[in-house]
Amino acid sequence: MDSMSIVAMASIIAAGFCMGIGALGPGLGQGRAVQGALHSIAQQPDERNSLTRTLFVGLAMIESIAIYCFVISMILVFANPFWGYVIKKAGG
Amino acid sequence: MEIIRIDQISPDLVILLQWGYITINATLVYTWLVMGILVFGSMLITRTLSTGITVSRWQNLLEVVVSGIRSEVRDIAHEDVDKYFPLIGTFFLFILLCNLLTFIPGYVAPTSSLTTTAALAVIVFFAVPYYGISKQGLGEYLKEYFRPIFIFFPFHVMGEFSRTLALAVRLFGNIMSHEKIIGILLVVTPLFFPVVMQALGLLIGLIQAYIFAILAMVYIASATQAHEAAEHKTAEKKA
Repeated sequence: MDSMSIVAMASIIAAGFCMGIGALGPGLGQGRAVQGALHSIAQQPDERNSLTRTLFVGLAMIESIAIYCFVISMILVFANPFWGYVIKKAGG
Repeated sequence: MEIIRIDQISPDLVILLQWGYITINATLVYTWLVMGILVFGSMLITRTLSTGITVSRWQNLLEVVVSGIRSEVRDIAHEDVDKYFPLIGTFFLFILLCNLLTFIPGYVAPTSSLTTTAALAVIVFFAVPYYGISKQGLGEYLKEYFRPIFIFFPFHVMGEFSRTLALAVRLFGNIMSHEKIIGILLVVTPLFFPVVMQALGLLIGLIQAYIFAILAMVYIASATQAHEAAEHKTAEKKA
């Protein structure tokens, strides 16, 4: 197998793993956060506004981890920095 | 109409006009479009403001939007709403319009380019010390970095940078991922399902605009109020 197909294969597999594992943790975390917020809203419906705002800010914080993983896998698939190197090697 | 190909990760790569050193890409053009809509729309509406019993429907819309943003800012900042309102309101309206116009064919959201979101995040990065220093003075603001003890200084500095990065990448990732997902769905299951996802995209755009504005406000509030809260606690302890 030449180096070009190794790079292609490695980046595609890595992108898949990155997205899969990277979505697992934030998914669990967001589930817990929403659970806690729903519990609190059920106990104190009057505080719904501030609870919802805090929930959204917290969810955004948790979600950004999954977004990092997504951006990394998008870079691996669409804008792989190693492609240029490999193509230059193959061409020259 | 296809402006941006599926393998182009950012609208910066779509170059419409090249003239010497000056490059006009799709991000710039659509940013100007959004700016123009915001500026001229507001000018047209505020030209005929009335305080009578009957107001025009556009004035009504603007009043709802402005008072909504004001109340959100007041909930977090508690005071000096007029000081923070222009910045936070501009963030919200600009990002909201950028994201909502995606239902127009041929439009690519400027927020799906990392350059736009990085610029917005850098504005927040500099606005936080600006408001912090103007509120509590340079010395008090710098002291904030050494609370509770001096060992925490590098963590505070790291936090400043990492939250700026997070702010930029969060907005970029959400909007860009949505455009790519719609592009992929158009190939896999055309016609109906992408439309549902587009409708979901409007919701995502609204939530992301809200989150960006709220987070910017929370960061500014933490720089201007942290000291007051600490002082409050020590006063309570003494009493």
